[in-house]
Amino acid sequence: MAGLAATLGSGAMTNSIEDLAEAEVMIVIGSNNTETHPVIGMRLRHFARYRGTKIVVIDPRRTDLVEESALWLSPLPGYDLALLNGFAHVILKEGLQNKAFIEEHTENFDAFKSVVEKYTPEYVETLTGVPKDDIIKTARMYATAKNAAILYCMGITQHSKGTDNVKAVSNLALLCGHLGKPGSGVNPLRGQNNVQGACDMGGLPDVYPGYQKVHIKENREKFEKFWNASLSEVPGLTVVEMTNAMHDGKLKAMYIMGENPMLTDPDLTHVEESFRHLELLVVQDIFMTETARMADVVFPAASFAEKDGTFSNTERRVQLVRKALKEPGTARQDWDIIGGIAAKMGHPMPYEKAEDIFDEMRKVTPQYAGLTYKRLGMNGLQWPCPDETHPGTPILHKGKIARGKGLFAAVEYRPSAEVPDSAYPFILTTGRDYYQYHSATMTGRVRLLKEYCPESFVEISSEDAGKLGIQDNDWVKVESRRGHVIARAKISDKVQRGVIFKKFHFAEGAVNRLTNPVLDPTSKIPELKVSAVRLEKYNGPAVEPESQGMCLM
Amino acid sequence: MQMIIDGKTVIAEEGKTILEAARSNRVFIPTLCYLEKLLPIGSCRLCIVEIQGHENPVTACTTKAFDGMVIETNTPRLREMRKQTLGFILQTHPMDCKLCDVAGRCQLENLVKEYGAEPPMPKRAHKAEERPYSTPAIRYRPDRCIACSRCIRSCREVVGRSVLDLSGNGIGAKMDIVAPERCISCGECLSACPVGALTHANLPDGVSEGAKKVATVCAYCGVGCSFELNVKDNKAIKVTTNDYVGANKGSLCVKGRFGYGYVNSPERLTVPMIKKQGVLKEAGWEEAIDYVASRLAEIKGKHGADSIAGLTSAKCTNEDNYVFQKFMRAVIGTNNIDHCARL
Ligand code: SF4
Ligand code: SF4
Repeated sequence: MAGLAATLGSGAMTNSIEDLAEAEVMIVIGSNNTETHPVIGMRLRHFARYRGTKIVVIDPRRTDLVEESALWLSPLPGYDLALLNGFAHVILKEGLQNKAFIEEHTENFDAFKSVVEKYTPEYVETLTGVPKDDIIKTARMYATAKNAAILYCMGITQHSKGTDNVKAVSNLALLCGHLGKPGSGVNPLRGQNNVQGACDMGGLPDVYPGYQKVHIKENREKFEKFWNASLSEVPGLTVVEMTNAMHDGKLKAMYIMGENPMLTDPDLTHVEESFRHLELLVVQDIFMTETARMADVVFPAASFAEKDGTFSNTERRVQLVRKALKEPGTARQDWDIIGGIAAKMGHPMPYEKAEDIFDEMRKVTPQYAGLTYKRLGMNGLQWPCPDETHPGTPILHKGKIARGKGLFAAVEYRPSAEVPDSAYPFILTTGRDYYQYHSATMTGRVRLLKEYCPESFVEISSEDAGKLGIQDNDWVKVESRRGHVIARAKISDKVQRGVIFKKFHFAEGAVNRLTNPVLDPTSKIPELKVSAVRLEKYNGPAVEPESQGMCLM
Repeated sequence: MQMIIDGKTVIAEEGKTILEAARSNRVFIPTLCYLEKLLPIGSCRLCIVEIQGHENPVTACTTKAFDGMVIETNTPRLREMRKQTLGFILQTHPMDCKLCDVAGRCQLENLVKEYGAEPPMPKRAHKAEERPYSTPAIRYRPDRCIACSRCIRSCREVVGRSVLDLSGNGIGAKMDIVAPERCISCGECLSACPVGALTHANLPDGVSEGAKKVATVCAYCGVGCSFELNVKDNKAIKVTTNDYVGANKGSLCVKGRFGYGYVNSPERLTVPMIKKQGVLKEAGWEEAIDYVASRLAEIKGKHGADSIAGLTSAKCTNEDNYVFQKFMRAVIGTNNIDHCARL
């Protein structure tokens, strides 16, 4: 989300789900939200059917939403930036930009303009494979709509140039002034239920709660005083950097609360090896996950159903979570376990209940300052909410962009770190399934959800399957420069020639043994969406999928 | 604009239907086929009202209110007509409320009681019927269906899937599953059903009796849907929704509506464990906390604070996350904190 923070001054979704109803045109790029954000997916279908919203889906795969869309553009994975610059080119060439908005609310327009100069529809067609007429049509639709919104997700960010992709998205909004109004904005959909909150709370290596940078002296002093401790001025390591530091022996101990990196990290073989170098691994979770099995100490934690507290959703809505059940056995609240260790280490954290923590947090987190449990009530409130009389902020950048001036970014298309070659001729791209969730620790235990998605397939186009002599349900071996997996093939018209697709929920055939851990230099997000692989029919000894055991695990 | 409802002068918003105008003024007009989030169809004919100067009653859900309108919602004539309408429904609908999971919360049952309705003709012996539905998550009992089409319209208008449709008409009308392959098991239809024709497949009849509802937020994806976890005997037994709250206004996906079971799982961790000779063994809380605290202190002393790192969680609450990063920063002394959200 570093891209949007740089260009607009805030990395969060600018609109609310509800006000997206006002969009005349909606570009949905790199977001298979029917599967990843199902209720948003439902709303989009509703808008298309009953409000006449014209949806343009941009996705290498034929996603479910395509059937409700006005237009589907399918660039090869990794070419989104070229396409986005192509739209900007057309808008400028046809004079459809919002000159008054650019004048008043933006900067760096000229540099941006000269970069998109060369992205003619013809050139972009040769790069991306998207017909130039579709590029022109989309650009016109977006630019001439009264309100237009862009929605995007991991399909845009999980690339070695994800930050630039995001900036190119924000360029379009700035160019047309599609910001700060109902139905107009730039909307990253956050994946897991409380990603927004984990970031807001400073669960990141470079910021304290409320995105206050750790390297800025005033911030550090403020928190040192507030917490009565001396704090480090060096930004910490990101998750993928941590793995490398473990491998190099620089990281000796790791404390993991409720995450399962042994399944979700790119390049699993490397991750597993790195974890073995640790002197101490502590895992706090509700189940014995792949990662917990490797731990020296495992703490049993409460699940959401046993917790009081708050979650912050993708539209910045802070909502109350309420305790419905008693913890199983002796399991404890996550914060309470941490508090116990802190106390033993000489820093007592005497919170009695979740609300005490919230009240402490909001004293030092300006965006949350005006929120109280009482005010959150049934519907929650959307941050920023600076004081207790403030009604919350459903739409960001209203009247004025948070950054002051919106920053146009001059970003060039660059090829993905790995492009197909003769040895690894296919592009592998990854995604999620509607019935499953991230590492399946939770969903894998729900019978109904498992029945629907018992193992994950490799989707292959019928053309490629034909050439390789692969039939539906055959075992295939997919191999990258980092490892291989064996899985069943599913011949599908959802993927195009040269591209294969696999979901990443199960330990068995974990697709992340293949993916490329190369990072976006700014956001440090790995390139999960594009790796070069080769594919062959697998005739080796039968592989009994451990799916039952594994996804139950 | 102004109108008179049951003799009272009330203010209503321009462009509203009579039903909306009445509800916004707390006048209750009975309905069965109406749901606020769906387009009104006026098919159940329970919301009939009389407009001064009009011979025949009209359905309030499909008739726009206008300034100066004078309406009656509860005359003896209307009551008699509603009683008859309900009687017709009872001709085919079983009256085995005692066996029904929605008993007590059933909109039909409540109206029948209020109006004292009875089937016009003697009922034939009723045969309970159960048929496969478009998803195994939902139990479908066609004999209880009153053809209000709320499920059909929810699936079409709210979810955009069009799995269901109505076939036949009049008293022979019934719901049909026309495109089961398009079903995403979201349960929008289940929550729209005013009677017990669609119920939670995992629940034997009567189980939700006495369950407590706790309003909370889904723990799966970033939409953050609100729902009520229904609990009984310290077990989550089902999820219900409220059409008027949160980001989702009553809609959920399969994970939110049917994916809560893991919290009851016997595989949940219940005691701390410490690895001894390569094997994780159960330990006491004291012991485990002491061990972790002393090992962390030792490693920090030997290799410095930056040799320790923590992964916080996008599945935990804000409060957990705040405490975790505070612990890493203020107690351990490092900024090595991240979570897997990038992935
Ligand atoms: S579960 Fe959802 S998709 Fe399936 S029939 Fe019901 S409303 Fe339609
Ligand atoms: S119910 Fe479905 S869409 Fe809603 S938060 Fe849960 S997982 Fe997301």
